Amino acid sequence: MQTPTGEALTLFDKLWRSHLVDETSDGEALLYIDRHLVYEVTSPQAFEGLRQAGRRPWRPSTVLAVPDHSVPTVAAHRSHLDQIAAPLSRMQVRQLDINCREFGITEFGLNRVEQGIIHVVGPEQGATLPGMTVVAGDSHTSTHGAFGALAFGVGTSDVEHVLATQCLAMRPMQRMLVQIEGQLPAGVGPKDLILHLIGRIGTAGATGHAIEFAGNAIRALSMEGRMTVCNMAIEAGARVGLVAVDETTIDYVKGRPYVPAAAQWEAAQAYWRTLHSDAGAVFDQTVRIDAAKVRPMVTWGTSPEMVIDIDGRVPVPADEADPVKRASLVQALAYMGLEPGTALRGIAVDKVFIGSCTNSRIEDLREAASVLKGRQVAANVRQALVVPGSGLVKAQAESEGLDRIFLAAGFEWREPGCSMCLGMNDDRLSPGERCASTSNRNFEGRQGPGGRSHLLSPAMAASAAIAGHFTDPF
Amino acid sequence: MMSFTHLQSLVLPLDRANVDTDAIIPKQFMKSIRRTGFGDNLFDEWRYLDRGEPGQDAAGRPRQPDFVLNQARYAGAQILLTRENFGCGSSREHAVWALRDFGIRALIAPSFADIFHGNCFKNGLLPIQLGAQTVDQLFQRLQERPGYALAVDLPTQTLRTPEGDCLHFDLDPARKHRLLNGLDDIGLTLQRAERIRAYEKLRRAAEPWLFN
Repeated sequence: MQTPTGEALTLFDKLWRSHLVDETSDGEALLYIDRHLVYEVTSPQAFEGLRQAGRRPWRPSTVLAVPDHSVPTVAAHRSHLDQIAAPLSRMQVRQLDINCREFGITEFGLNRVEQGIIHVVGPEQGATLPGMTVVAGDSHTSTHGAFGALAFGVGTSDVEHVLATQCLAMRPMQRMLVQIEGQLPAGVGPKDLILHLIGRIGTAGATGHAIEFAGNAIRALSMEGRMTVCNMAIEAGARVGLVAVDETTIDYVKGRPYVPAAAQWEAAQAYWRTLHSDAGAVFDQTVRIDAAKVRPMVTWGTSPEMVIDIDGRVPVPADEADPVKRASLVQALAYMGLEPGTALRGIAVDKVFIGSCTNSRIEDLREAASVLKGRQVAANVRQALVVPGSGLVKAQAESEGLDRIFLAAGFEWREPGCSMCLGMNDDRLSPGERCASTSNRNFEGRQGPGGRSHLLSPAMAASAAIAGHFTDPF
Repeated sequence: MMSFTHLQSLVLPLDRANVDTDAIIPKQFMKSIRRTGFGDNLFDEWRYLDRGEPGQDAAGRPRQPDFVLNQARYAGAQILLTRENFGCGSSREHAVWALRDFGIRALIAPSFADIFHGNCFKNGLLPIQLGAQTVDQLFQRLQERPGYALAVDLPTQTLRTPEGDCLHFDLDPARKHRLLNGLDDIGLTLQRAERIRAYEKLRRAAEPWLFN
């Protein structure tokens, strides 16, 4: 749908207006949803709700289901459903199969090579396209905004609502522009960039907003890098992250299974190229970042905003004037087992996790493998895991020989899933264990009760694995 | 959905900022395929000394005596008072289900994370946003006066304190209407099915590749 001419619109507004089904007199919109990604943990109650009300999905062809959150990542534990040892996980994965069959929904089940993390699978299949609205019962749905799609996470009631009506009743977000100019230094990547932003504006800095990431540093990123950035918009409080469509977007999308057929391709890409903020469009807030000043970043605490660069020291609570913030620092230091003022560089790690919807794509694996090639994981590191984002990422990595590099270095090479990002399967931290993790959340207990998570880039995680402690990217 | 009109209740103080949904309901309890039964595991890692597993009987578990949910003076509280950015992180509606199952019907904080905030309204919970200073003052008064209770009145959007203060809070009118009447969101949207179909027709013409 074309937006009216003559008015300078943000990308958010173009996407919002083109999906407006209806609007009430008090400004609540009914927004149409083009793509719905579903997985085993937040959907069973929604399907059960449909059943109880005698409802059917409005457009089942728009739904794509993949089990990812609680699936085992050891091949021998998942070649058949009955091999999933944890009974509750087995039940959830089985229930997803049952629900998809009953309601006529396409599922990439555990036996399919396409299976993986929904936020890796959607884009990989071309199921995420520019100009779409995309929802999932998962907050990291912001990932898909990298394609110039309006994508956001919802709760289970909304999963049911979208299944039943193809719509959501909601109000527009405010618009925040994050303008990033300049060139990232060598060894600094998209993960460092987004952690830098979160450190600057805080974990609630963009609450109520859709962030559009713009500037030549964003234009220079690959689609995978843009996905990493948009993925963690939610960690700054924004449900939506967006990047305008350009050649990089269209080149990435081209030829994937779900993309428009040849006859429609020209019209589709002509429309997609209009998906950018117009010159002069007004944002509610603007944040500017000089890419050249971004450094390799590592979180030290229990919120993604508790982040410092590799040369930094963990904070000293006594230096914080605000009592609520001071209390947070004290709690975080105690949980993380760190003394105030400790230099980050020397902190030893027990485990290393490379994976998650933030950093499990082929470029992430290449980045980590390039560091690990010919090197060994340090003796003090008890476990180092690589969990590819999908079966297709895994196959691609194996065809490039990356699996052999990881295995030779002492990493375990696993099957796809969310894995140790949230420890819903067997991959988790034990109490007190410290992990260098490429995932997105360092909350208390996130990777396992009592576990201590430090978020960083794939290159930094690989470097920590070799050194046995945080260090500069090799 | 449960409707909400008035509530007079004790207040449970959770004096932490940025409480995330992983803390509200740890992931191992998300393996349920039901919408109920999460109340015993609300704030599980702060509330108990052992590691909780789904299906376990909570009665015999060792409790963390310092944690507010374990303190007798707050027993039966239906209002949770907390700090900024409550409910950040994961979109899991299980966090709201756990609060509801425990008995919480209203929350007061300077700010809430967006997805959590929306999830509350789908389950008959009222998130009340007040200024950080007002919240700070409520924390202080609550500490000083055992049995501190607040009265919430949704129709007038007010909160009455024992001191006689009447605090007004803002609320989205559409959400207020649905909460007051306990309306089923899906049923309401399906009343607009013709509009949805009309929209789809236009969209199919403009972006046919989405309807292949």
